[in-house]
Amino acid sequence: MITLAHFVGLSFVVFTIGVVGVLVRRNLLTVLMSIELILNAVNINLVAFSRQLGDLTGQVFSVFVIIVAAGEAAIGLAIVLSLYRLKSSVNLEDAAEMRG
Amino acid sequence: MNLPLWLIPALPLAGFLLNGSVALFSGWRRARKATAAWREAHPGDHGHDEHGDAGHGPGDHGHDDHGHHGPFLPYGERLFYGVVGVLSVGLAAVVALANAVPYALASTASEGGIGPVVQSVWKWMAAGHVSIDMAFRLDPLSAMMVSFVTFVGLLIHVFSVGYMQDEEGYGRYFAYLNLFMFAMLTLILADSLVVLFIGWEGVGLCSYLLIGYYYDKDFAHAAGKKAFVTNRIGDFGMVLGIFGILALFGTADFSFVDMAKAGAVNGTASITVYAVCLLLFLGAVGKSAQVPLYVWLPDAMAGPTPVSALIHAATMVTAGVYLVARCSAVFVLAPDALTLVAWVGAGTAVFAATIGLAQNDIKKVLAYSTVSQLGYMFLACGVGAFGVGMFHVFTHAFFKACLFLGSGSVIMAMHHEQDMRAMGGLGRKVPRTYLTMMVATVAIAGIPPLAGFFSKDQILGAAFAGGHLVLFAIGLLTAGMTAFYMFRLARMTFYGEFRGTPEAEKRVHESPATMTIPLIVLAAGSILVGFLGVPEALGGANRFVSFLAPSLATAHPHHLSHATEYVLMALSVGVAAAGILLAWRWYGQKGATPEVPSAAAQAFYEKTGALGRLVENKWYVDEGIEAAVLSPFRRIGTFLWRGFDSLVIDGIVNASAFLVELTGDLVRFFTTGNVRNYALSFTLGVLVLALYVFLR
Amino acid sequence: MALPFPLSDLLVILPELILSELALGILLWAAVVKRERERALAWASLASLAIAAALLPVAASFAGELPRSAFGGMIALDGFSLFFKALTLLAAAVTILFSLRFVGTSPYPGGEYYALLLLTTVGMMFMASGTHLVSIYVALELMALSQYVLAGYFKQETKSVEAAAKYFVLGAFSSGVLLYGLSLVYGATGTLSLGGVSAALEAAPRSTLLMVGVVLVACGMLFKVASAPFHVWAPDVYEGAPTPVSAFFAVGPKLAAYAIFARIFFDGFGPRSDDWAPVLAASAALTMVVGNVGALMQTNVKRLLGYSSIGHAGYALLGLLAYRAGGAAGQPEAFGLWAILFYLTAYLLMTFGAFGLVVLLEAKGYATESVDDFNGLWKRNPLAAGAMVVFLLSLAGIPPTAGFVGKYLLFSAALKAGWPALVVLGVLMSAVSLFYYFRIVRAMYLVDGEGEVRWREEPAVAVAVGLCFAGTLAFGVLPQPLIALAKSCLLP
Repeated sequence: MITLAHFVGLSFVVFTIGVVGVLVRRNLLTVLMSIELILNAVNINLVAFSRQLGDLTGQVFSVFVIIVAAGEAAIGLAIVLSLYRLKSSVNLEDAAEMRG
Repeated sequence: MNLPLWLIPALPLAGFLLNGSVALFSGWRRARKATAAWREAHPGDHGHDEHGDAGHGPGDHGHDDHGHHGPFLPYGERLFYGVVGVLSVGLAAVVALANAVPYALASTASEGGIGPVVQSVWKWMAAGHVSIDMAFRLDPLSAMMVSFVTFVGLLIHVFSVGYMQDEEGYGRYFAYLNLFMFAMLTLILADSLVVLFIGWEGVGLCSYLLIGYYYDKDFAHAAGKKAFVTNRIGDFGMVLGIFGILALFGTADFSFVDMAKAGAVNGTASITVYAVCLLLFLGAVGKSAQVPLYVWLPDAMAGPTPVSALIHAATMVTAGVYLVARCSAVFVLAPDALTLVAWVGAGTAVFAATIGLAQNDIKKVLAYSTVSQLGYMFLACGVGAFGVGMFHVFTHAFFKACLFLGSGSVIMAMHHEQDMRAMGGLGRKVPRTYLTMMVATVAIAGIPPLAGFFSKDQILGAAFAGGHLVLFAIGLLTAGMTAFYMFRLARMTFYGEFRGTPEAEKRVHESPATMTIPLIVLAAGSILVGFLGVPEALGGANRFVSFLAPSLATAHPHHLSHATEYVLMALSVGVAAAGILLAWRWYGQKGATPEVPSAAAQAFYEKTGALGRLVENKWYVDEGIEAAVLSPFRRIGTFLWRGFDSLVIDGIVNASAFLVELTGDLVRFFTTGNVRNYALSFTLGVLVLALYVFLR
Repeated sequence: MALPFPLSDLLVILPELILSELALGILLWAAVVKRERERALAWASLASLAIAAALLPVAASFAGELPRSAFGGMIALDGFSLFFKALTLLAAAVTILFSLRFVGTSPYPGGEYYALLLLTTVGMMFMASGTHLVSIYVALELMALSQYVLAGYFKQETKSVEAAAKYFVLGAFSSGVLLYGLSLVYGATGTLSLGGVSAALEAAPRSTLLMVGVVLVACGMLFKVASAPFHVWAPDVYEGAPTPVSAFFAVGPKLAAYAIFARIFFDGFGPRSDDWAPVLAASAALTMVVGNVGALMQTNVKRLLGYSSIGHAGYALLGLLAYRAGGAAGQPEAFGLWAILFYLTAYLLMTFGAFGLVVLLEAKGYATESVDDFNGLWKRNPLAAGAMVVFLLSLAGIPPTAGFVGKYLLFSAALKAGWPALVVLGVLMSAVSLFYYFRIVRAMYLVDGEGEVRWREEPAVAVAVGLCFAGTLAFGVLPQPLIALAKSCLLP
């Protein structure tokens, strides 16, 4: 039987994959997707807890998270675009002019 | 007449605002005119300055050299700045004396003095249970300080009118000088350590800006760094000391002095009285240029000479002594801290005096002398004679200001030559400067009945009476060295033959009245102010010290018999006389060259070599003294100056700077510019914090 | 259909509502306005902010007795939120004054810029009011998303776009971590309203799930206020973003972040303060060191001020730590919190002042303003140099400036709360900070400038800087009214 622990465990795995993705991938688009993974891990958690607690707040929150994630993706892609226009690359390593 | 205390700092502040805004406006107008004139001369070149930014005109850059092409400013404008500058301080002096003199008279008339007058102007801030008022306090200590600071400050302002007349930034100079007076008077009159801190930082800022004002090139690079590092260390101690006082007494206003006297200390505070005293003393050491934080003061001589006289001799540098005296009741609760004060003071006194022996720059001699005399003051405080220490602050302000202003007059007469080896025989050419400086020299050397004798003798007496024989011996030795280097200075400057170029000799001139009158007044002060504190052994009542007593800790009075006191006096006068005699013999005689004025004796010997054994033998004796006593000292002095000062102290300064830079580089190293590394550091931070909570 | 909330709740958020409408209106107007008439947009934005500010007391009076909760506990109007709303409106107004010419003379359209600025402000205002983790999160994202765009607004400049990319990746990452923490807190307490969380924590035993959640939320918050070790984005973003935007970032969003930081951790996680206080303390110590030491070696002024603002975040954290300090006999007085309110006001004034002078600096290239550009400023513009000295003294905490009073309040609060080691470190780092602040003073006063760098003659910026100057001095000399105001604006 699938219990809450399974959901939380799955969410943690997805979260970890997302974090590792942000850490190791160079491509800004992949990083963007990894961040979406983190947000989806959050949504799994929220919905699972909501179900467990019999409280709707979590599900409503997850809808908000989805909406914000959409906005975030839009802006992220816009930034990817302008970075590409300047550098002809979407590699984060190419955006390291400022340091120290 | 009831003049509120806040007027005393407020008047110089008003002078600052008035002079500052007028200087700003007229500078802006001049720049405008210069730009317009430049435009007329370059009609085709309009694109550059389309917005006419103020002060950006090319006319500004023509006057960068501080040469002497006559006054930069029109007479009327100069007159305005001078009058505002002098008048604001003059009025402050009037208000100060109108408050202090009646207070002093009433206090000395009644048994045990009268209580302090505290005038709160507004409630500054109320934080938690601690409320800090913007309040000013008139008590014996502040009455004494405020009297001499405004008086000497006024004289130095008057002196500046003449001294600075050729300078471009005349208006700004007076504005800053007034700002300094405001800060210094706030420092003195403050009724709380926090308000005192306003003045404490204010005088530091003004000092920094005034030092670097005209002679910017060198200062900006080396000296500024030193002044800065040492002052930061001092301020660190000061701020923590204030918080410590707050922790111990629950208040930062000077009622904590009475609490300390009554022994009402919070024993559960997380800081001990000893630590608080050390922290406050660290602040005092930084401000008053004691070992090891003294290094900035000699460098500060890069500033205009009246600034050296006002800030780096008479007033600001004594703030540390004032702080220790103000908190004396706390210091006596921690006798170990007091012992440290005494030893640092004595150490500084002898150390700086040794260096003073080897200096050839007239201002440097005076600078090291100031450091040494400040050491004396701390020595007095350290042996519990706070009143005597403050007495020396008082007398020192007069003769040292006179010496600095005199040196300024000499430097001006010599057209900005400061090397004493290129001087000599100036006594006949600048008679007023010469006479007044000689009075001050005799005073600092400790020859009775001039001011320095009374204060210095009492410091030595207090050290002796307290059973600190080593400290006493150090003080005595320093007294001899003081007399020596001061008379060396006098001899090299005013006596003998002129050692500079003949053209330079022709141009030597006495200074105008605005400069000589302050000198004369200060010289008169150097003669007279000592009589305020004539000790009982000499038939006086030591009014000065007994007047100050209510503000200070009740020191354990060690009474010496009059006979012992006479012996001590004779000893100190004898040592001073010996110093004078040696200096007189070895410096500034005929035939000296700019390179080796002290080899005068050698020339003398060569001329008269055939004349007989007597002279020759005498020379041997003196050379023996020179070789056995003076030369080692001069070598030590040179070593301390060249070696210790530039190797060890600079080393410490540079090492701390290096350490800080290293950590800075470390921080920069981790800021690689690569986002993935940033995300990694973020994740590591999360993991460490999560782990911490996990393991708890 | 009946509304799920009383209509009067709308009045509680009246300033935000009107400001959002006006922001959208400006966005529409921007679509039709001619390029050379864009200045009008700026003035309209300024007017919108003024209207919103004027509506604050109106909303307060309509709301009746404060604190007033609205929308089922999502939003609250209290003195605390009003204080922060006023500050954020002021921050946005100053930013617009800074931007007038900076953006006006740039090749980029001003319309969206001002609209985004206003929307950021709306987000910040909602943050100040949020009492529910959902509303706080949505407001936070409204602010953050607008910020990413503003950072990259000069889209032909590589530094600007780089700043946007870095800010976006790290910001989105951190808000993901924050959200994950929130989801865990939700799981552990069963509620997302701050009051509910607090009550649940009071009752619930200490669970690992919960504590991990709290730590993740703390990390997200520390990122937003640019505290070490989550600060690395700040110098790059401040350097790369257009200067008025950097100034805004250094102040506005940080203020709002402190507001929710205080709210979440005291109203929400308050009962567990023994667990998270050491986390904040460690971060505060690290932040003070990293910010102040990192600034020492900087030559780029914007970067230097960026590091300096990191240092200041560390000082402000001391206030959060000391939140409940200073009460007599068990009566909490929230000394630390009103110390923060005072400090943040002072921080706003002095940071904007310093940045304003950087805005006036017309450097040779985009984002290249260096300390050397200040050389000899006192000869060219003594007033500006004098004002800069006051701002720098205030930033370093020298009396009689607002920065000193603020720091004094923070440090005494921290002492009362029993963090003497942090206070010693803070004093030490303040001493260190003078070194880099005085590098600018030295450049202005002790180094001769040859006038390679031109100074903008810009009345709008001058007015804003003058305002900051007056405030920095006035609140240093007469802090009591502001202290009293801050005291009356605490969390209930």
